Amino acid sequence: MSSETIRLYREHYLNCSYGVRSWLLTKDHKRIALLFLISITLFFFLGGAFAVLIRLELLTPQGDLVESETYNKLFTMHGIIMIFFFLIPSIPTVLGNFLLPMMIGARDLAFPRLNLLSWYIFSLGGLFTLGAVISGGVDTGWTFYTPYSSTYANTHVIATAVGIFITGFSSILTGLNFIVTTHKMRAPGLTWFRLPLFVWSNYATALIMVLGTPVIAITLLLVGIERGFHVGIFDPKLGGDPLLFQHLFWFYSHPAVYIMILPGMGVISELVTCFSRKRIFGYEFVAFASLAIAVLGFLVWGHHMFVSGQSPYAGMIFSFLSFLVAIPSAVKVFNWTATLYKGSISFDAPMLYALGFIGLFTVGGLTGLFLATLAVDVHVTDTYFVVAHFHYIMVGGMVMAYLGGIHFWWPKISGKLYPETWARFAALVVFVGFNLTFFPQFILGYLGMPRRYHAYPPEFQVLNVMSTAGASILAVGYLLPMAYLVWSMRYGKAATDNPWDATGLEWQTPSPPPTENFADTPVVTWEAYDYGAKEDKEKEPQVA
Amino acid sequence: MIGFPLFPEVASTIARSVDLLYFFLTAVAVFFSILIFACIVYFAVKYRRQPGRAAEQVQGAIGLEIAWAAVPFLITIVMFTWGSSLYIANSRVPQQAMDIYVVGRQWMWKIQHPSGRREINELHVPVGQAIKLTLASQDVIHSFYIPAFRVKQDVLPGRYVTMWFQATRTGEFHLFCAEYCGTSHSGMIGRVVVMQPEDFEKWLGGVTEETPAQVGERLFSEFNCINCHATGSRQRCPQLGGLYGREVELEGGGRTTFDEPYIRESIIAPNAKVVKGYSPLMPSYRGQISEEQILDLIAYIRSLTPEGAE
Amino acid sequence: MPDHSTALAHQFDDLEQQHESVSLGMWIFLATEIMFFGGMFLGYSVYRGIYPAAYGEASRHLDVVLGAVNTGVLLSSSLTMALAVQAAQLGGRRTLVLFLIATIALGSVFLGIKGLEYYHKYEEQLIPGSNFHFDGPNAGHAQLFFSFYFVMTGMHALHMIVGIGVMVVLILLTLKGRFSAGYHFPVEISGLYWHFVDIVWVFLFPLLYLVDRS
Repeated sequence: MSSETIRLYREHYLNCSYGVRSWLLTKDHKRIALLFLISITLFFFLGGAFAVLIRLELLTPQGDLVESETYNKLFTMHGIIMIFFFLIPSIPTVLGNFLLPMMIGARDLAFPRLNLLSWYIFSLGGLFTLGAVISGGVDTGWTFYTPYSSTYANTHVIATAVGIFITGFSSILTGLNFIVTTHKMRAPGLTWFRLPLFVWSNYATALIMVLGTPVIAITLLLVGIERGFHVGIFDPKLGGDPLLFQHLFWFYSHPAVYIMILPGMGVISELVTCFSRKRIFGYEFVAFASLAIAVLGFLVWGHHMFVSGQSPYAGMIFSFLSFLVAIPSAVKVFNWTATLYKGSISFDAPMLYALGFIGLFTVGGLTGLFLATLAVDVHVTDTYFVVAHFHYIMVGGMVMAYLGGIHFWWPKISGKLYPETWARFAALVVFVGFNLTFFPQFILGYLGMPRRYHAYPPEFQVLNVMSTAGASILAVGYLLPMAYLVWSMRYGKAATDNPWDATGLEWQTPSPPPTENFADTPVVTWEAYDYGAKEDKEKEPQVA
Repeated sequence: MIGFPLFPEVASTIARSVDLLYFFLTAVAVFFSILIFACIVYFAVKYRRQPGRAAEQVQGAIGLEIAWAAVPFLITIVMFTWGSSLYIANSRVPQQAMDIYVVGRQWMWKIQHPSGRREINELHVPVGQAIKLTLASQDVIHSFYIPAFRVKQDVLPGRYVTMWFQATRTGEFHLFCAEYCGTSHSGMIGRVVVMQPEDFEKWLGGVTEETPAQVGERLFSEFNCINCHATGSRQRCPQLGGLYGREVELEGGGRTTFDEPYIRESIIAPNAKVVKGYSPLMPSYRGQISEEQILDLIAYIRSLTPEGAE
Repeated sequence: MPDHSTALAHQFDDLEQQHESVSLGMWIFLATEIMFFGGMFLGYSVYRGIYPAAYGEASRHLDVVLGAVNTGVLLSSSLTMALAVQAAQLGGRRTLVLFLIATIALGSVFLGIKGLEYYHKYEEQLIPGSNFHFDGPNAGHAQLFFSFYFVMTGMHALHMIVGIGVMVVLILLTLKGRFSAGYHFPVEISGLYWHFVDIVWVFLFPLLYLVDRS
């Protein structure tokens, strides 16, 4: 019997039951991953729409497309949606949920019902925030600095804060689930150092989610209470300290940016190895680098506050630690690059995204050093230099990793192949569009153009026009996968179990996998990324 | 040449040194970016998939791992040391700096020269003279940013912050608010006008207004400070003459300097630091007095200490 | 003998793995709670450091006697909880239910006394907001103290209410015969949660009530 025929009669997680109830009450981590995929895709395009409006406004020096208040709401909501409702959940809730149990040979996560609850909480928080958006929006910036947010703003601060507060619990539950699953449910023989690095990265991310998110929760709660009940907490008129808010806020929000890159790094480790047909160079170093980033990431929050009025000596300590946290990231970049050495490299779309990530993340990370350097940060903080820096990491890095991962695991998730030529074309469009959008912003930043500006001096216009031109190309690059991935669900070629001939337990299952993932629990006796065995054309690692 | 700038003007004493550090950082960034890009391209081409050649499972190399952690670490030490020392050096206000007071509020900058001239969204200064700004916000957090001078400082409600610069060229330079502060954040901009010293003197004397000290003297009696703090009255409160810049001893131990932040605190929260020998009797003026009025009072109180006695 | 084969969830291989996982999950959850309360403790400590006089004065408006009684009540409830867990381990259904009821009772007494204290503060016009009235020059900073007092004790009380709810569920499950000497894990991890809530109070009490009482 051909595999095509088998497929027609084979039961898997998508067709084992039908109907809305079977999806909304599912406990299957794979279905929950798809629920998250739908939610965050919607948020991505909403946040992207706001970005389009921002860049259109910035085509001209005058504020002529929208009112000032509207513009302030646009950049605020772009930030809030992209950070809390797209980037933070993205890879963990979609790829992590789908793959983590499979990569460790488990039937599901440790707490499947908590997983579903996580999606409901996410949706509830999202609805709150959408409600705030629809009923007029919020204009405090995603950073909610007091006393503007607690006393002066007259937009929907509390509703938005509540939305983010609720969504935070989704993050905590996902993190808790991942940590317990990774500790307790690995298949026999699967020691920590045999795990795929994607698991290590999501584990480190989960640690941050669990320890950091409660702090933003209490911070936003305090802002909401101050605002709602008119009590003094950060209000200087009552002796409150606006800097206290900043410390509490950044104590979470800096580690949050590592939540927004570590999972991407995990994806890259999977892609670079598979498409070079090689084990990763320096496995333990990459694994420990993830943990180092998570730990050190909690110690550097003050680098967002160098000109805030914070003591210069505190500034020096944060500056030093910020340089330190760059080192594990550099180690990873070198190890990925060294993995290419003497490999056998193919350039399928996921690999194009991975290679793009390595380059763009390098630029983003290096420009972070500028910001860690005290004397230079005084000039460039709160300018477009910072905007460019974090978009290089979050968009040039994380979003490209996310897209690379979606493409790589698409056959496993959907049972279909996406059209490769279109995918490679889209990856190139994204790369070109991205650089044209954000590189001019480094120059604008050093020139002195502040962030969150609705209108600007005319001499900044040419660079802004370049940036907007890039953004329109980038938008096309993001719409293409939307189109062809949806197309492939109906018309794509059927995928085999392991179209990439990759290592990893998830590829030992059919595409799409059955609900319980593995008929029998695998027993693992091989190292991660055992491409040597494949290259030697020896017997492939078998599921026991 | 190309019709739009790619680099900001150099117009202050510290701008060049900041730019030099910036060029070093750029050089390092360009070097490593090219290194990684080149390696990727080179490996991608040289080791592209070809029939008949399998990938070689290269062993890790601990020496390499240590090297590419240690070398970047050493480079970051250089960046850190250079950056911090420049930062600390740049934060030291030179002696003989000229004082100017700034109040930021939604959405304008109000500048007060001690001689009496006030400006809105414009700051006139003489070239070649160190200028020390004392800044406060009337409402939310703002940030006073002059890109051409490479200086920026967040301006907070509830306390004073200071910054300084010395312009090296005459001309007009952008002034921006760099901390989002509400609706017209991008409208809270202006210009710094640097003039030759003679022109600046002429400009300063150009409009006769009450000096801040004169306004302060008026406020001193309007707010009834004079009832307790006037000379010859029933010594319930410290006399304020001759105190500016001196160390004073406090009730409960400790000392503090009689400077702008202390005077402001004494007006807003008088019982936080009470001078030794006195009781906490002074009422608070929190909510009744604006930041500008506080600065006027400070100017008056300062004038009660003769120059040179500070 | 209750059927425990239904107690094993399908994703776990055996009960031991399930127990270890649930236990680890509860400890991680408690870690998040530490971070949550930690933010409040940090804010409180910062202000106490800057405004020691105001905080001392404000703290003296709290009823130390009621606070101390509450501390005793809560510590006793931890004792009854521990005894409940022991009863579960020994398979004594009646004793388990009795001790759970005792814990709920003590917890409710705590909340009652807390409510009384809140009411007193309302009468004394010490609830932050438009009705706040504090004599003396430190009114503003005192209001800061009370803002933190209400948020911190309010959050703690909320956690206690959730805890009592969990106890009620445990009682219902016990009456349905779900627990035995061989399987009583939910009682143990609920005990963990209850002890945690107790420990938070042990920190809250001296921090809020015993400022400057020398």
